[in-house]
Amino acid sequence: MNEYLTIMKSELVLTAILFLLLFVKLGSRWKNESTLLMIQLLLLLNFLSGFFFNQNGSLFGGMFHTSALIVFQKNILSLAVYLISLLFADWLKKHEHLTEFFILMLSALLGMFFLLSSGNLLMFFLSLELATIPVAAMANFDLDKKISSESAMKMILSSAFSSGILLFGISLIYGATGTISFAELPALLNGSPLQILAFVFLFTAFAFKLSIVPFHFWTADVYEGAPMATTAFLSVVSKGSVAFIFISTLYTVFKPMDAIWYNMLMILSIATMIMGNLFALRQQSIKRFLAFSSIAQVGFILVGISSNSPEGLSSVIYFVLIYVFSNLAAFGVAAVISSRTGKERIDDYKGLYQTNPFLCWVMALALFSLAGIPPTAGFFGKLFLLTAGASRANYLFIGIAALNMIVSLYYYLRVIRSMFMEKNETPIGKIKPDMSTTLGLIICSVGVVLVGLLSWIYDYIVKLV
Amino acid sequence: MNLIVLLLIPLITAVAVLLMRNANQVRWTALAGASIQFVAAFALLYFFNKERAAGNTLQMLFEQQYIWFPSWHISFHIGVDGISVAMILLTAFVVIAGVLVSWNVTKLTKEFYFQLILLSFGAYGFFISLDLFILFFFLEIAVIPKYLLIGIWGSGKKEYSANKLALMLMGGSALVLVGLLGLYFNTPERTFDLIKLSEIQISYEAQMICFPLLFVGFGVFTALFPFHTWVPDGHSSAPTAGSMFLAGISMKLGGYGCLRVATYLMPHGAKEYADIIIVLSSIAILYGAFATMMQKDLKYINAYSSVSHCGFVLLGIAMLTKTSMTGAVMQMVSHGLMTALFFAVIGMMYERTHTRQVNEMGGLLKTMPFISTVFFIVGLCSLGLPGLSGFVAEMTIFMGSWEHTDIFHRLATIAACLSIVVTAVYILRAVGRVAMGPIKDSFKDLPDARWNEKLAAVILILGIVAIGTAPFWLNDLISPATELIKQKIMLAQ
Repeated sequence: MNEYLTIMKSELVLTAILFLLLFVKLGSRWKNESTLLMIQLLLLLNFLSGFFFNQNGSLFGGMFHTSALIVFQKNILSLAVYLISLLFADWLKKHEHLTEFFILMLSALLGMFFLLSSGNLLMFFLSLELATIPVAAMANFDLDKKISSESAMKMILSSAFSSGILLFGISLIYGATGTISFAELPALLNGSPLQILAFVFLFTAFAFKLSIVPFHFWTADVYEGAPMATTAFLSVVSKGSVAFIFISTLYTVFKPMDAIWYNMLMILSIATMIMGNLFALRQQSIKRFLAFSSIAQVGFILVGISSNSPEGLSSVIYFVLIYVFSNLAAFGVAAVISSRTGKERIDDYKGLYQTNPFLCWVMALALFSLAGIPPTAGFFGKLFLLTAGASRANYLFIGIAALNMIVSLYYYLRVIRSMFMEKNETPIGKIKPDMSTTLGLIICSVGVVLVGLLSWIYDYIVKLV
Repeated sequence: MNLIVLLLIPLITAVAVLLMRNANQVRWTALAGASIQFVAAFALLYFFNKERAAGNTLQMLFEQQYIWFPSWHISFHIGVDGISVAMILLTAFVVIAGVLVSWNVTKLTKEFYFQLILLSFGAYGFFISLDLFILFFFLEIAVIPKYLLIGIWGSGKKEYSANKLALMLMGGSALVLVGLLGLYFNTPERTFDLIKLSEIQISYEAQMICFPLLFVGFGVFTALFPFHTWVPDGHSSAPTAGSMFLAGISMKLGGYGCLRVATYLMPHGAKEYADIIIVLSSIAILYGAFATMMQKDLKYINAYSSVSHCGFVLLGIAMLTKTSMTGAVMQMVSHGLMTALFFAVIGMMYERTHTRQVNEMGGLLKTMPFISTVFFIVGLCSLGLPGLSGFVAEMTIFMGSWEHTDIFHRLATIAACLSIVVTAVYILRAVGRVAMGPIKDSFKDLPDARWNEKLAAVILILGIVAIGTAPFWLNDLISPATELIKQKIMLAQ
């Protein structure tokens, strides 16, 4: 019994919080502010509890397994969720269904935890569904906006489609090998045409979730329509968790098919970087802009994954950690502005530095980190991804990735230019973000600066790998 | 001497600047930081010479190494040789002059000085790093301050210029990055360490791929033709101190990288590609000079003439003789000082006359004797008058180039020499139009230089004259380091 408690600790803690929130919703007449404060504290506890009483092992005949690395990945996700609860406080406080929002979000997070720990394809499928469907409901949380419902609809349709493809792939794999266990699969994979077909379907499902080109079409619309908090959750936590399980499946289960997926990854990575960058160039809505920028970032993650080496694994995890800080900071600033003024266009940010220097510097740090400019952490993250990718001695590929960094710099600089350089007759007025948002923005900024410079964080990940 | 001091001083200054309350405090803090750094740079020169005089013949002095990312074999490895010391001195001169010249920046003063100090931090770090990873780190640190300096405090089509500069320089660093990764994976032990890399033989094929990537990548920073197009726009839109830093420090990062990383580590590549670089840099020298003749705007004049002068740097490196490479480093120092002074003077004139058009000026010598005299001096230095630094540096490059006896190198040298005539034409014309002749009525009551501007000009002129009249100390400082590079090239047969 004790074993269940420690091995499934993260999931159990999360479930306990979920139940607590259900009771809070049913029983109490608390104000939104106090409920939010309690939720923030619970999420902080959830994040901190990830560091204690961890035990490696597997349960239920290998269906569920955990290791120090998986716990670390879960901690990154918990941290991101905690930051989301801080950063979007402004919008959340005004929402009448605050508790439900967190119940849905934590259910999705629970799904992601199971996803990371899944030991066979059945568990994998179930947890992926649990990680997706609540997010579609979250996308609908701007209750009075039609565009929000539209985005939820698009999300649920596209994820249903990708689930169908995934199930088809799983059944083909079962047909080809006779097993769905991650442990037994590698020995049975020999690269026969049926297995390759099955793998392609599986890969497609991942590509949908990670919005890899050409399966990215849902991303921008969903991001634009959904409330900012959901968009941030989708682009950071969902992406991060899928990237983690994607890389661990490729590196462990599908290692024998390395030659096949290396080429797939390379082509898709180039396409993803180029398409994401080119579309981001001309976006006016900050949400669509960040959507396409996150597509381009996934392209970079694929460069790291393609290396098929321990360095690749560690640099991808490191990059996702940095991405949590930088992307959430960018979304946080955009959310404060959007919730106070309703402005979500990049042109609206003109002259923002005159009135809101703090928000501007946080945004600038976040965007520099996303663009990979030192001394922000993004520089180290991107550089390590490229270095890992270069270990295959494919310099053309790395060269294209490096050139894409310049294109991406162009559109990140566009936002910076709006904020710092251009003039505006009617600039956004002075905004005083509330305590928890400020705290969240400071945590993100400190993370953006220090995660790169403090090398022991990367070393820690390397040791886990 | 502990080299970390050179990094700590700008860092502390930058933080202190952020903590200051009003513009005046910010200025004095920045000046104090720059002065301490100035003294530290001279202390470095003193201790360096002392060590060398005591018979320490190690390639790099004052080395320190701290492991940073052990799994990638990246360490924080710093140290200096003669070339680095020369570049650090140059940076210290330009920084203190830049801080002094920007005394009356009133828009967002704190942010302005913060960016300046951050830029100098990147430059100091770049010149002392012996690990290619941190070298790249510092190279990129210096890009964004330039972008913000031009974009926020600049003039004219500043957003366009800032974008162009940032994107082209990032393009250059992307090439550098790929080249560095190529080096990294072509060594048996996977290292970014400059010293270790120089000791092992990098395969011929790898050199043929990595050398052009690194040389062109760094070349973008130092206006290698045809990647020089950011120079005129960037310089003309930047605020005065921005132009000074850009031309005086930032362009030198590229030249230093071309010499120290590309040429030193890959002698085979350097030999194979030398002819192409010689052709390109000769084009840059002549094209820059002729393009300058057509310019009416003083900042454009100096920007295009920088393209021409930086062409000499690349020419000197590509000639691959010890004398020419020494000359290239001297030209970097000389051009850095000279061009910083040039932009400073242009800034002073513009602030008073509100024009940079040569045709609209005239007779300034009567109202602003100090500024006009400085303008004379810097013009003469630019056209290579003996006794000033420009002559010494260019002469050394020509002498080094003349060591080659074949017709190709001779022709390139002659072409480069010809540009001096063109330089004389445009410099004398500009100086004459601006300082001489009848004075406009609106210019009659303009004040001369203030104390801060005078101090900045005097510091830079002292540097120029010190090199021009006594070039031996600089030559003795640099040539042992270039000798090593030359030996490495000789060995690569």
